[in-house]
Amino acid sequence: MSLLQISEPGLSPEPHQRRIAVGIDLGTTHSLVATVRSGSAECLPDGQGRILLPSIVHYAAGTDPVVGQDAQALAADDPANTIVSVKRFMGRGVADVAKYGALPYRFVDAPGMVAIETAAGLRSPVQVSADILHTLRARAEASLGGELFGAVVTVPAYFDDAQRQATKDAARIAGLNVLRLLNEPTAAAIAYGLDNASEGTFAIFDLGGGTFDLSILRLTRGVFEVLATSGDSALGGDDFDQAIAVHWRVTHGLADASGRDTRRLLAAARSVKERLSAEESADAQVTLTWGQQLHLRLTRAEFEEITAPLVQKTLGPTRKALRDAGLAVADVDGVVLVGGATRMPHLQRAVARFFGREPLVNLDPEQVVALGAAIQANALAGNRGAGEDWLLLDVIPLSLGLETMGGLVEKVIPRNSTIPVARAQEFTTFRDGQSAMAIHVVQGERELVSDCRSLARFELRGIPPMVAGAARIVVTFQVDADGLLSVSAQEKTTGVSAAVAVKPSYGLTDDEVARMLREGFDHAQADRDARALAEQQVEADGLVAALAGALDEDGDLLPPPERERLDAALASLAAARGGSDHRALKQAVEALNRASEPFAARRMDRSVARALAGRRLDEVPTK
Amino acid sequence: MTAEFTRNHFELLGLPPAFAVDLQALERAYRELQGRVHPDRFAAASEAERRVAMQWAARANEAYRTLRNPIDRARYLLGLKGYDTGEESNTAMPPDFLMQQMAWREQVEEGLGSRDPAALEALRGEIGRERAEMHALLARALGDERNYDAGCSLVRKLRFLDRLEAEVDDALETLAEGAR
Repeated sequence: MSLLQISEPGLSPEPHQRRIAVGIDLGTTHSLVATVRSGSAECLPDGQGRILLPSIVHYAAGTDPVVGQDAQALAADDPANTIVSVKRFMGRGVADVAKYGALPYRFVDAPGMVAIETAAGLRSPVQVSADILHTLRARAEASLGGELFGAVVTVPAYFDDAQRQATKDAARIAGLNVLRLLNEPTAAAIAYGLDNASEGTFAIFDLGGGTFDLSILRLTRGVFEVLATSGDSALGGDDFDQAIAVHWRVTHGLADASGRDTRRLLAAARSVKERLSAEESADAQVTLTWGQQLHLRLTRAEFEEITAPLVQKTLGPTRKALRDAGLAVADVDGVVLVGGATRMPHLQRAVARFFGREPLVNLDPEQVVALGAAIQANALAGNRGAGEDWLLLDVIPLSLGLETMGGLVEKVIPRNSTIPVARAQEFTTFRDGQSAMAIHVVQGERELVSDCRSLARFELRGIPPMVAGAARIVVTFQVDADGLLSVSAQEKTTGVSAAVAVKPSYGLTDDEVARMLREGFDHAQADRDARALAEQQVEADGLVAALAGALDEDGDLLPPPERERLDAALASLAAARGGSDHRALKQAVEALNRASEPFAARRMDRSVARALAGRRLDEVPTK
Repeated sequence: MTAEFTRNHFELLGLPPAFAVDLQALERAYRELQGRVHPDRFAAASEAERRVAMQWAARANEAYRTLRNPIDRARYLLGLKGYDTGEESNTAMPPDFLMQQMAWREQVEEGLGSRDPAALEALRGEIGRERAEMHALLARALGDERNYDAGCSLVRKLRFLDRLEAEVDDALETLAEGAR
């Protein structure tokens, strides 16, 4: 048995090492990456000084995908193979994407999520997003000069479980260690809160390219508490472009424009929209595929008229969030605008009118989310300095529930519950002798299952025969700090318990992620093994260091038999660490993790007990 | 399950087990506990520690959510005393409260029918006053009086008030949307 190394009391086992962590805003139209350097957050530019990476990926047969500005240049000529605004397709089925109107892609219905047929083969939105993330990761590693420890990736607060799982899968495929999925408005608040040392209640109005989020946050000394969140995951700046394009199609009689022409009209629409933020009218020239030259023109007044319904659409979710938070408009101390689309003057006017105050715009609305994500990533990586001891308490945006008899939804966790959260609810059988129960997990606010999003189905089998209503089936929902759900079910009456745990199935299975990893990095087997081994070695060393620190602090909590089990697991890990088999090393890491779980629980117990004792001591003199 | 994990919500947050709580002390205790157990504090720790942190943070959220909301707090306290509030099974209400319920429901209909948000806001105020009164009664019933049956009945009445208030809010929202 190998002996554990124990460092001198008061000294950490390793000299302080700064871990490189980044925040990534994976946006509908643009994506960007930021980090904290010498105490302040900054966005990282590419080799040509550009911060915004267009979220566009072009696929051609036999070559690597082209991402960003270069792909954008190809969009007009090869729309079917140039994937724009892929974020809208994340975790979505064919019926969902049909809502977006005419799109130049060949969608293929795949279980749970659409896929797109490209010249390079079938691509899931997850892979397309992974290609964007991979570009940002390479940019960060080049400019920070080292491997990334991890990343915080932002998602719209209104993203449901499928969309979050898809985003996390994309990051994994891009080779990123996801420290946390963070809601975009919350990230914006972190950027504002720490920059301006604000206190009070804030509304974060975030209109991105494809999504709208409205969050109500309370900032008090060191705690960011999300009180309510609301929004529309199918409303964004792109819809304003579409509205202009539709207007032109009608006024110029272009009802049956091809995919390529549609793409050109949309590009012209976007450019006109952006210029109308500063000018009273704007022009564009478009050459259609059959050679016709179009001179297009739009005044700001026309633009505001045709997009007024879209601006109005943002106010419903705004009212709903305030109501959920139990607040009136007057209780809001500040309104923060996020997203390029909030530069539109009529939108700013509508927000100012609704809240009765001018919104804050002192940070760049396109960078603020990435900056906040970088600050959170830095803290999660353990780099926080003195005075940065803040805590973020976020919520789930949509209620989670189960289907019961008659297609009705029984809510188990209501929306705006602070995460992480675990809740159990009891159900029973409908028929005498019923031996199995179908569990259907749904997400949404409506009463009928058919109006909610289906997340997962699974069956609990082996219920002992009983009369109807006698079985006690406890279904437990657990949502982690990333907002991701897992569900388990157990029958309790007879002492016989059967349990099934599921990860909702709209995401990708571990096998699918592994396959995409293989496709994404087309290395030889030996390279892949070397990479896997290097990753596992980092993991193993991190675990051993963390455990050594923990034993140093709280080793006295371990009864001898438990200590022996832990030492044995450590010895096995040390042996596997010396070898070259990444699978064996992975198993040893997992075994050590399992063996250390009771110790982790005891350590937390001690920490909580100390907090309680401290509180009681504090309170005695005041009474 | 460890010793601290199985403490009841009041013990966990270091508060006396009473209906009247110092909300500021509750919030302070909750934040201090989350500051210790939240998964964000363990993002760079071992998987075992992260798993334990998630369980604890969920536990802290449950305790805080329950104690912050007066109805949940009362129901939880009654549960600790061995009383079931019977909100699903026991729908019997005293006749005077039933009469009051009907009058309130009519006011919601009238306010909506005559498109009168001021009347609905006034009703909201009345519900608020009624609720404050019931909270005072609950504090006494669950405190010195130890009248837990009365406590259960008050919880059922408060549940009704909550639902009524939601209906008033729905009506106000309908009017606000119609006005646009």
